[in-house]
Amino acid sequence: MAERIISYAQAIQEATAQEMERDESVFVYGLGVDDFKGIYGTTKGLLEKFGPDRLFDTPLSEDAMTGLAIGAALNGMRPVHVHIRMDFLLLTVNQLFNIAAKTSYMYGGSLNVPIVIRSIIGKSWGQGAQHSQGLHSLFMHIPGLKVVAPSTPHDAKGCLIQAIRDNNPVMFVEHRLLHLFHGHVPEESYTTPFGKARILAPGSDITLVGISYMAADCLRAKHLLDETGIKAEVIDPISLVPFDWDAIMASVRKTKRLIVVDTAWLCCGATAEIISGVVERLNPGEHIEMKRMGFAPTSCPPTKVLEDAFYPDPASIALAAYAMCNGGKTDWTPTYKEEKEIAEFRGPF
Amino acid sequence: MNLEEKLYASIYRIRRVEEVVCDVYPSDKIRSPVHLSIGQEAVSAGVCEALLPEEAVYGTYRSHATYLAKGGDIRKMIAELYGKDAGCCRGKGGSMHLIDPAVGALGGSAIVATNIPHAAGHAYADKIRGRKRATVAMFGDGAVEEGVFYETLNFAALKKLPMIFVCENNSYAIHSPLLTRQPLDNISARAAVFGIPTEIIDDGDVFKIYDAVKRAATAIREGKPGPFFIECKIYRWMEHVGIGEDWKFGYRTRDEAEAWLEKDPVKVCGALIDEKRRAEIEKEIEEEIRDAFAFAESTPFPDLKELYTDVYKN
Ligand SMILES: Cc1ncc(C[n+]2csc(CCOP(=O)(O)OP(=O)(O)O)c2C)c(N)n1
Ligand SMILES: [Mg+2]
Repeated sequence: MAERIISYAQAIQEATAQEMERDESVFVYGLGVDDFKGIYGTTKGLLEKFGPDRLFDTPLSEDAMTGLAIGAALNGMRPVHVHIRMDFLLLTVNQLFNIAAKTSYMYGGSLNVPIVIRSIIGKSWGQGAQHSQGLHSLFMHIPGLKVVAPSTPHDAKGCLIQAIRDNNPVMFVEHRLLHLFHGHVPEESYTTPFGKARILAPGSDITLVGISYMAADCLRAKHLLDETGIKAEVIDPISLVPFDWDAIMASVRKTKRLIVVDTAWLCCGATAEIISGVVERLNPGEHIEMKRMGFAPTSCPPTKVLEDAFYPDPASIALAAYAMCNGGKTDWTPTYKEEKEIAEFRGPF
Repeated sequence: MNLEEKLYASIYRIRRVEEVVCDVYPSDKIRSPVHLSIGQEAVSAGVCEALLPEEAVYGTYRSHATYLAKGGDIRKMIAELYGKDAGCCRGKGGSMHLIDPAVGALGGSAIVATNIPHAAGHAYADKIRGRKRATVAMFGDGAVEEGVFYETLNFAALKKLPMIFVCENNSYAIHSPLLTRQPLDNISARAAVFGIPTEIIDDGDVFKIYDAVKRAATAIREGKPGPFFIECKIYRWMEHVGIGEDWKFGYRTRDEAEAWLEKDPVKVCGALIDEKRRAEIEKEIEEEIRDAFAFAESTPFPDLKELYTDVYKN
């Protein structure tokens, strides 16, 4: 049977529609979810199918609208709150950190908050400092929240269905450029379990762990490395909390080298957490070379020359891997063409 | 019990539970910041008595009164104050987070104003599922300074949510008088600009509070559009947090309090009830309280493994 190929955005739409169909307690809301663009198509068609009670636009009130999800969840619903940029989540953290994350624990397990917060990290076309942040590590810090950031259309669908069915608050992290990716996605409903990483490509010389969109760049780096003979293993953790330590440890014990790449800053970030988690798990005498890559420690500049330098890309990842495998040598220049989705991206948003 | 008796029982129970909390507190058996409602009992009593058991109240960290008035289990409450496993939050909530979902006593948040949108969410769920019942958000005069208050008024009015906002205006946020924090003493007027019907009860009369909430809740149960806004002016007798009086610190005067102290809800409401009947009610409540504290004393603390349970719900 031919594989069905759809986009990441379509996979999210399909997961949402299937869950709304299956479970009447699911509703979806957020700024712009019902407009003609439908959050890059991810909420398109849901209004017609499920009506304005279950798919609705909101006032610009991220704080109260997050509280709304909590109250509705306490009254039996499974809300999905959508934010077109992750930056806007900073107006929701009071409700998420102080209430949603703590409800199950603080009330002795008598209440729980099954909510999904979808948010999209922006990149390219000069998104600038306030439309480009990857803030997932903030949410990883708080016990009680789950954080997932799938990179493939297949896992986007499975993870979103899993997130909606989960009995806890789940931060569902998307990336603007991933929305454009296409891949095999089964039509029927299925779940991708949290806490299980996916080996996107096997290899023996170095482990590349890429978070969200960086999983795609790590795969490209792997292909660039082919001409050097270096075989990189590429892992998409998919779920950051809970985290699949077994998969990462098994890979680094094999390759002895690890680069973790994030679409976020390094300081106190997911890369720091993953590297320190690996270090803590090493046996005495066990040595693994490690490095992390992510945003430059500046705000994201919109002008393209600086923007390009702000982000890791397949070439910089490949070069870092090459150097790690060759005692620090950098006598190789990857032949690299800008990623199609960036080269072809024409905003405005 | 008739209405007078029910309201009196509710007020008396809150007063006496909190007085016993004050008695026990110096023993350090209650290791939790207590925000007492002594003097303010009429608000929780009036509001909760007007609601059905299946209607929820989202209260604040000043949660003893709402919890008790809504019918929360008193043994579980005191056990919670004692940090015991049998507490309503299994020792993981404490005084500021008392809840009893079985009777709709919810909220109990120590972050001011966060509970307001929760009531809206609860009401939204009822609305889209066609359930005609009221949900109440309780909050203080300080909470109305938070942005989320206005955001929630806007949304609740927009969606005509079946909910009642109840502002328990004791005119202080900790030690700051209202007029040092807000330009005008006109909280209800701010709800009115959203097109929300408002009502002010400025004398702490439990019957007026009951009546206002009852009318709003009845309208909601009849399917009439919400929300409603009720402001109850009231006065806190004790310090903001803790078991003492605080006149001596000078941020407010005993003179200012005098009129409110005279309107002691226990006395005012108690006077309406036949003496013999009142003694019966009081005796019964004293027994409940004695039993609850004895239970809290004797029941065990949580097992150490409880540190890690319920971080996530399976
Ligand atoms: C968001 C937030 N800011 C500050 C505090 C500290 N705080 C606790 S109670 C309180 C005063 C609240 O006053 P009000 O809403 O009038 O309620 P009352 O205590 O008078 O019942 C403050 C500022 C808090 N708990 N939460
Ligand atoms: Mg106050």
